[in-house]
Amino acid sequence: MRPPLTDREVDEIIGGLLRYGVMLAASVVAAGGIWYLIQYGTSLPGYHVFRGEPEYLRHLRGIVSGVPGFHCRRVIQFGLVLLIATPVARVAFSVVAFVLQRDRTYVAITAIVLAVLLFSLTGRMSG
Amino acid sequence: MCFGVACAGMVRAPAHTAQDRAGWKALQSIVAPRAVYLRTRDSILNILELTALVGLVSVAAGFLGALTGLGGGVVITPAMVLLLGIDLHYAMGATLISVIATSSGAAAAYVREGFSNIRIGMFLEIATTVGAVCGAFAAAKISPSILGVIFGLVLLHSAWVSTRARPAPRPGETDDPLATRLRLNGSFPTPEGLRSYKVSHVKTGFSLMFVAGALSGLLGIGSGALKVVAMDRAMRIPFKVSTTTSNFMIGVTAAASAGVYLNRGYIDPGLTMPVVLGVLGGSVLGARLLPGAPTMTLRRIFGVVVGVLAIEMIYNAIAGKL
Repeated sequence: MRPPLTDREVDEIIGGLLRYGVMLAASVVAAGGIWYLIQYGTSLPGYHVFRGEPEYLRHLRGIVSGVPGFHCRRVIQFGLVLLIATPVARVAFSVVAFVLQRDRTYVAITAIVLAVLLFSLTGRMSG
Repeated sequence: MCFGVACAGMVRAPAHTAQDRAGWKALQSIVAPRAVYLRTRDSILNILELTALVGLVSVAAGFLGALTGLGGGVVITPAMVLLLGIDLHYAMGATLISVIATSSGAAAAYVREGFSNIRIGMFLEIATTVGAVCGAFAAAKISPSILGVIFGLVLLHSAWVSTRARPAPRPGETDDPLATRLRLNGSFPTPEGLRSYKVSHVKTGFSLMFVAGALSGLLGIGSGALKVVAMDRAMRIPFKVSTTTSNFMIGVTAAASAGVYLNRGYIDPGLTMPVVLGVLGGSVLGARLLPGAPTMTLRRIFGVVVGVLAIEMIYNAIAGKL
């Protein structure tokens, strides 16, 4: 019987995942960006002193809640979160692929990487 | 250009502090001709103009990064900090996200071509992601001056790497039992068919990857140069496989620190938007023009630019201007 997924097929799928993930994220960022420039283009920036972003731009819940109302900064931030999610999705897919290939060592290795990523993304590590 | 008026308003004499001694002044006149710099600190640039400037810098960085194969991310942060007076943390946040974009974009192509070794990448990503999270934590504890000096040293390393020619392949590599057990040994396509290779010094490579990850999280860069050194020099992986696998790993490493950066409020959507889109656009353009580009000349130019930024960064860090 043929193995469920060859290394070559896994490469193809990962390649597609990365490509479309980046394209989707970039489109969302661009859409939010155009709206942002229309709204705030003539305002003055304040990036020379670090103040930190407001709470609603720091966590997934706050970012997502601003998307339906097309709150421009939150839409851009949502696109950036999609971009961050692309390699995470890639690792998650690799876990599945290695499970299907019954490669226990690599199921464990990819699961560790995925755990570190999810720890970083979900943990409120503002300390 | 609409910037003409704005620029004229921004040019100003350097700020003198009590530190200024003759030596410092002489050094400053060589490495830091402040008057030509565009600084938002005392500028009248509005968001639209700043976005256009940051976008242009990012397109140039992405373009050069793709043509030289070194990744342009490392130059964007110093350019934003030194030329535009943007705070180091915002610059690091924006650059880190752009690194994910270019890495994923380029990796998509390389993975399909069969150069990158996913097993090597995955295994080493344990080290880079853990390192990245540690580095990102440390970034908040370390003062901008020290971060600036470390950044400058990393830039110097990149400059040095970029001016060197591609190392010749070394035949007759020794085998590492750990590499066999982890099935890291692989093969890659060449004009003469598939060529197989063996991986050496797995533990050394793994440790170096932790350092690469920590620097990535600490400075908001991809640290591709160090990743390639770890794979190419220490683990004796063929150069083409090292560079493409490194590219593949950069996105995952950066995503590990990105969560921490996001939660800390380092990632500003308005500033990150032109960086991400600019670097992506520039790198797509660079990749299109890559066949037939004078790579070695470009690498030298890139090396000089990075070297100048390195000295600038270290000078500004020591002078307490970051």
